[in-house]
Amino acid sequence: MAFFRNAAGVINAIEAFFNTVDEGVLVFKEGVSNYLHGNQDAFNNNIANMAKLEADADNLRRDIENKLYTHSLMPEVRGDILRLLEEMDNIIDTAKKNLFQFDVEVPNIPAELNQDLILLTDICVSSVSTVIPAARAYFRAPETVKDQIHRVYFYEKEADKLADVIKRKVFRQMTGLRLSEKFHLRYFALHIETVSDTAEKVADLLSIMAIKRTI
Amino acid sequence: MFFFYLTSGLFLGWSLGANDAANIFGTAVGSKMIRFRTAAIIAGIFVIIGATLQGSGTTDTLSHLGAVDAMAGAFTVALSAAIVVFLMTKALLPVSTTQAIVGAIIGWNLFTGHKTDIRLLTTIVTTWVVSPVIGAVFSAFFYILLRALLKRLQIHLVILDVWIKWALIVVGAFGAYSLGANNIANVMGVFAGSAPDVVIDLGIIRLDGLQVLFLLGGAAIAMGIMTYSKNLMVKVGNGIMALSAEAAIVTVLAQAVVLFIFSSTSFSGMLKSIGLPPIPLVPVSSSQVIVGSIIGIGLIKGVNEIKFKTIRGIIAGWVLTPVAAGLLSFLALFFVRNLFNLNVGSAVATGETGAVMPAATGTVISSGTKYINLIWPGISLLALALVSALLTYTFRQQKKRLTAEKELLEREKENIIARQALTDAEIRAVQVENQYLQNEVENKRRDLINYAMSIVEQKEYFEKVSESLRELSGEKRSELRDEKLKKLEIEIRQRMSFADKVEDFNIRIEKMHKDFMGRLAQLYPDLSSNETRLAVLIRLGISSKEIATLLNISPKSVEINRYRLRKKLGLDRKASLTQFINNI
Repeated sequence: MAFFRNAAGVINAIEAFFNTVDEGVLVFKEGVSNYLHGNQDAFNNNIANMAKLEADADNLRRDIENKLYTHSLMPEVRGDILRLLEEMDNIIDTAKKNLFQFDVEVPNIPAELNQDLILLTDICVSSVSTVIPAARAYFRAPETVKDQIHRVYFYEKEADKLADVIKRKVFRQMTGLRLSEKFHLRYFALHIETVSDTAEKVADLLSIMAIKRTI
Repeated sequence: MFFFYLTSGLFLGWSLGANDAANIFGTAVGSKMIRFRTAAIIAGIFVIIGATLQGSGTTDTLSHLGAVDAMAGAFTVALSAAIVVFLMTKALLPVSTTQAIVGAIIGWNLFTGHKTDIRLLTTIVTTWVVSPVIGAVFSAFFYILLRALLKRLQIHLVILDVWIKWALIVVGAFGAYSLGANNIANVMGVFAGSAPDVVIDLGIIRLDGLQVLFLLGGAAIAMGIMTYSKNLMVKVGNGIMALSAEAAIVTVLAQAVVLFIFSSTSFSGMLKSIGLPPIPLVPVSSSQVIVGSIIGIGLIKGVNEIKFKTIRGIIAGWVLTPVAAGLLSFLALFFVRNLFNLNVGSAVATGETGAVMPAATGTVISSGTKYINLIWPGISLLALALVSALLTYTFRQQKKRLTAEKELLEREKENIIARQALTDAEIRAVQVENQYLQNEVENKRRDLINYAMSIVEQKEYFEKVSESLRELSGEKRSELRDEKLKKLEIEIRQRMSFADKVEDFNIRIEKMHKDFMGRLAQLYPDLSSNETRLAVLIRLGISSKEIATLLNISPKSVEINRYRLRKKLGLDRKASLTQFINNI
């Protein structure tokens, strides 16, 4: 039946979109690590990969949007779903922007910050990796969404704390750095942290959407 | 005349369709899950089927309450009910055609002296009270079932949406069928006693006179749905009774089941056969059952927002509507009989129960029954309908195709125009470039001519100098030779000033470095023209010695000019003038 075929097409596109966002943040994590360890070739590879994944995510989002409207699917929750996809697209956009900032601005990062920055990236990526299953759950079992998103809030808070620790370290302990370098490092800590902020926005939206579906 | 009398019933049917279809398809249409046209066609068809096939049960009950046995009386009763429904709807009061028609029939009973069966009336009124409660119980049960099912199956939201769409259509069709079956008695019940004694054979089905009436009444309800229910459907879907799609399925299903069990003779018979009390076949208000169903869901969800005002309104409607319709019916019958001198019903001595008209519970062909064979006309009509539908579909497809082609052509036209515009722009660009190149060629040609002329001129000049020197070498007189030598030296010196060429050179470099000169003038407005020229020459990388020659001044003067320029540019001793000028 055509209706079910169309619906299956939309489901596949949504799943592919989630996978792309998931892959995107993993590439981001790898990219930051490669930059910090000076693996320039691998980092360049990550940059190229990231650009491709971000473009793929955009195309998938547009495709889903078109399909939802042309096949008149889910008129009641369509607006919410499209907003969710937009917010999730923001995650991969932010990750891409951050990685490109490393490439363009080439920040001078002291080796003693490497571990902290890698940990910060890990936490941010974990927040995204937690919000993706929650988004998938919204489509099949909305009542389970709430159980999953509380971890996103936890990771987001942890990321905030760690970013704060890094900034304190840079400004109070690294006296050998110039002020401009300190500012630069502060912005990079902030940039990485924004990934978990976007994941938190998705979690907020999901929480409302799930409530709307369960009442 | 028969059809004229029928108009009041048809009007009542039309208003019922216009008002009650929103209870069935309101959420589906309001939330845009189903298009209004689809909903109206499905509701129309199923209302007619329900009315025709299953309308006799409730009609039988109403005719027991009051067997209106004259067409003028039936007309007046139906019209009174219709007017009360219309006025109360206008006054935004909760109203039901069921309660209006019951009141109007009682008015007829009172007017004609027929005794009202109190036991039956009690049953009917009890049904009005019980039906919303049963609706609430059913909807609560269905809702729990649906929620458990969805939780267990965990269907993807997109697939669920497709299922919901189909469920809304199926449940809506069932709701429309039940509405037709249950509420047709309100519309055509009072005319049942005057039903024509005919049997129409449609091949697959035979319709007796009463069913023909139901068919007409069903068609009137369908017309009401198709012509006047859209606004209410959208309003119900988005406003006062906005429900989720799942809740809409449940409420419509609960309403359909309630209306079905209060109109199905088979179901009632089945209960009776297993020793249970039979269900009274009574027309009930679909709106009130829906309200009950919504409350049922609300109770399950734990929402404490039951609108007691609505419930109070419904209870008031149970009293107000029949009383108003009864009074109006009584008065109207009085006027119709006394003013128009029409028979509104046979008078019965007080104390005698009203005569019950024969209920049409099956097709009985007696010797007096007129048999109409509509098999072939029916088949022809069906064929015509099919052909029309096919033609309409083909025409629509053709129209769609043509529209798409037209759109495509327009887009192509736009593309061609855009391409043309691009080509024009390209042509203009090429023309401008050609003009520029031509000017360049012309300039080069002029340069070449000037260069050639200069060579010729210089050759001629040097030949002349050579001739003069040869003459001088042969001159014996020293005074004259010295004088000629001096003259020749002056002439050569004059020649060395190159005034014209230097000026020409200056004009050219100024033209070439217009931007630089502009920037320089903006940054250092107090520079003189000679200083600006010196800056340009420095920017060109020309040495001081060469600058001296070009400006026809001594190298020392060039150095002094450079010093002044540095001062005006604010450069200290260490800074390089050339580098500074190159960076401007």
